[in-house]
Amino acid sequence: MIEVQHLTKRYGPTTAVDDVSFRVERGEVLGFLGPNGAGKTTTMRVLTGYMPPTEGKAIVAGYDVLTQPIEAKRRTGYLPETPPLYPEMTVRDYLSFVARIKGVPRSERRLRVTTVMERTRIADMANRHCAKLSKGYRQRVGLAQAIMHNPDVLILDEPTAGLDPKQINETRQLIKDLGGDHTVILSTHILPEVSQTCHRVVIINKGRVVAVDTPENLTARLRGSETMFVQVDAPGADVAGALQAVPGVTQVAASETRGTITSFEINSETGRDVRRDLAGTIVRQGWGLLELRPLRMSLEEIFLHLTTEETAHE
Amino acid sequence: MNNILAIAHKELKGYFASPVAYIVIGFSAILFGWFFINLLYYFDRTQMQAGSGFQGPQTVNVNEIMISPLFLNVSVILLFTLPLITMRTYAEEKRSGTIELLLTSPLTDLQIVIGKFLGGMVLYISMLAVTLVHMAFLFAYGNPEWRPIATGYLGLLLMGGCFLSLGLFVSSLTRNQIIAGMVTFAVFLMFWVINWIATFMGPTSQAVLNYLSITEHLNDFARGVIDTKHLVYYCSFIAFSLFLTVRAVDSERWRG
Repeated sequence: MIEVQHLTKRYGPTTAVDDVSFRVERGEVLGFLGPNGAGKTTTMRVLTGYMPPTEGKAIVAGYDVLTQPIEAKRRTGYLPETPPLYPEMTVRDYLSFVARIKGVPRSERRLRVTTVMERTRIADMANRHCAKLSKGYRQRVGLAQAIMHNPDVLILDEPTAGLDPKQINETRQLIKDLGGDHTVILSTHILPEVSQTCHRVVIINKGRVVAVDTPENLTARLRGSETMFVQVDAPGADVAGALQAVPGVTQVAASETRGTITSFEINSETGRDVRRDLAGTIVRQGWGLLELRPLRMSLEEIFLHLTTEETAHE
Repeated sequence: MNNILAIAHKELKGYFASPVAYIVIGFSAILFGWFFINLLYYFDRTQMQAGSGFQGPQTVNVNEIMISPLFLNVSVILLFTLPLITMRTYAEEKRSGTIELLLTSPLTDLQIVIGKFLGGMVLYISMLAVTLVHMAFLFAYGNPEWRPIATGYLGLLLMGGCFLSLGLFVSSLTRNQIIAGMVTFAVFLMFWVINWIATFMGPTSQAVLNYLSITEHLNDFARGVIDTKHLVYYCSFIAFSLFLTVRAVDSERWRG
């Protein structure tokens, strides 16, 4: 549905997006994850035809955004970072205008506007001027604007920014619902959002794609070596040495000591579950095993990990 | 075409939803009324002098003495009011980010530019329409010729079109309305006074400067003459400004 090939965008001497390639299949929700200034917005602006790429190409719904912009735009809905509202228009007037320029036929316009307002839960604000809307409503009107012409592709730039938790949940649910028959790309720097709403994630940092995968695989990939958290109550004993001797353990690091209680982080070989042996060893020594659990890296840690690793290369 | 009308309609609604339209129309009406009364008194006195037979012609032509100068006076009003119409067109869309909606919708840049131009033109036409009331008084109490009046309005429309298209171009270069308005005003004024220096120049530069002057071309229209020379000037001025606007919008895209 969306194909980005070797996309590069330079502003004068600065390179905002550097050789980015990825694909999004029909019906997929793709998360675009990266810190501020990573090139998310620029990539999205190229995809929506707002600005042309310096190099490479982007194909949206089968049309090259550079050579067939009108066809591509007809099939794309876009919510920019700031919802593009005209303050002096009422919500209904605004959406009718959008429907008109997006090419919704005159006979269907009224119905379409009503449907979209209901879907995004803004019907109660239909006659309010856009200038007088709260941040949450502005965002939702922006979303309504994006889905107005029922586009194949939806591109949402930080759709939940500035919303309260309830609105965030509603918006995420709406995006999930849309995912069925629309292809969605959404950008965010809020990590839980990605695991909640997206099928796949593109992590981008300093204009480069750092990783593309499902949220689950990313987690698994980073757990390449498994880590256990163990807390032992053993006065004056060489716990570290004993644990190091357990087969499969590659590294033992004491992380915290409080009185006689010591916490360890233990790395083991991939795919080898050392929990039984660890527990057995500790119990045989007569020590108190207070805690033993695998450390799962949250997506947040992955993200930090990936981006810091990238910085280390440079 | 539907796209152009959609933009024009939106622009027009924008003008009337904000105070811009009312201020522009209201104050132009007041100023026009003032010029009108002034010229009416002048006409009245000229007529009395003519009637008393001391000097000048025996009959005075209302078109020549009153209406023709009136049209030239209107260009003063345009100088001040039209920048107000165009200054927001692009600058405001860029500042508020709504330009992203327009540029990512299935519209061409040309459609957007022409739509905005038409929106401004319609507002300008409604501003001129108010002055028809004054003309109606002349017809009610006098006997003016309608043809020079029609050409005068045609001239004003074309001149206003030049100002609007130029203002649109200036607005497309900035995201600050005030700068757009000020620069537009300065450029208008330049086109207005560009031939003042002509009398001190040689014949060639004199001709060039006179031809460039945007008001110089209005004289013939105000006198009831439609000269293709002036039509070509005004139409090419409008077309070129709109072309520049399209290029400016496109180049901004590339620069990002």
